[in-house]
Amino acid sequence: MINANTLAIDSDHTESAHVENREIKAFGFWIYLMSDLILFSVLFATYAILGKNYAGGPTPKDLFSLPYAFIETMFLLFSNVSCSTALLAIESSHKKRALSWLVITFLLGLGFISMEVNEFYNMIIENNGPDRSGFLSSFFTLVGTHGFHVTTGLIWMGVMIGQVLVKGITGPVRSRLARLGMFWHFLDVVWVGVFTIVYLMGVL
Amino acid sequence: MDSKYQNNDIKRKKPADHQMGFILSIILTLLPFVMVYGRLLPRTLNMAGICIAAIIQIMLQLHYFLGVGGKRKEDWNLVSILFTFLIMTIFIGGTLWVMYTLNYRMM
Repeated sequence: MINANTLAIDSDHTESAHVENREIKAFGFWIYLMSDLILFSVLFATYAILGKNYAGGPTPKDLFSLPYAFIETMFLLFSNVSCSTALLAIESSHKKRALSWLVITFLLGLGFISMEVNEFYNMIIENNGPDRSGFLSSFFTLVGTHGFHVTTGLIWMGVMIGQVLVKGITGPVRSRLARLGMFWHFLDVVWVGVFTIVYLMGVL
Repeated sequence: MDSKYQNNDIKRKKPADHQMGFILSIILTLLPFVMVYGRLLPRTLNMAGICIAAIIQIMLQLHYFLGVGGKRKEDWNLVSILFTFLIMTIFIGGTLWVMYTLNYRMM
C-alpha cells in the first residue's frame, strides 16, 4: 500500500494535492450526511403525524422518564467532546492520547446505546413494542434508526482504533478519522431533535 | 512531516471552539430538561422555550463541531445544508399541513 505520508514528503505539491483530496472526500461525506438528514426529517414527519395515535395504549407520559433521557443525552454529548479531543490529538500526532480518547468516545457511545437498548427491551417485554400503536411504531422507527446509526458509528470507531494501533497515524487514517468525527457529531445534532420532539414534547 | 498537514488543514478547529460548543450545549440541554421536568412555565411557553433551545443548540453544534459557517469564502457545506433545510421544510411542513387538514379536505 502506498503510504500517503511518504508521498507528502516528496514535494509541497503532492502534499497539498493530498489535503485537497481529503477535503473533497470530506465534502462527499457531507453530502451523504445531508441525505441522511432528509431520511431523518421524513421519520420526524411520520412521528409528528402518528405520535398521538395511542390506540388505547400507553402515552409518552407513561413510558418516558426524563432523568433517564437526560443521562442518555449526556452520554452522547460527552462522547462528542471526547471525539473532538481525540481528533485534535490525531492532528498533533499524539498516538497514545488519541487512542485513549477514542476508547473513551467508544465507551460513552456504548453507554448511550446500552441505555437505549435497555429502554426498548423494557418497553417490549411490557407489550409496548412497535406493534402496540401508531405512536410506538413511529417511535421505534425514529429512535431505532438513530440507534442503528450510532451502532454503525461504534463499529466504525472500533475499526479505526484498530487502524491507529496497527498502521499508526498515517494520512489515510487521519482522513478516515476526520469523516468518522463528522458522522459522530452529526448523530448528536440529530439527537437534539429526538430528545426535544420525542421526549420533552411527549412528556410536556 | 506532521506539521505540514496541520498548516494546510483549513478545517482544523481550535480546542477553545470545542470547549465553547460543549459548555453551550450542556446549558442548552440542561435548561429545557429542567423547564419541562419542573414545569416552570405554562405549557405553551415551555413548548416555545424547548424549541428555541433545540434550534440554537443545533446551530451551535453545526458551527463549533462540524465547522459550518466558518471564515472560508466558498462554504459549500453551508450551501448544501441550507438546501437540505429547504427540502426538510417542504417535507415536514407539507406533511403536517396535508395531514392535519385531511378532514377538511375530505369533506
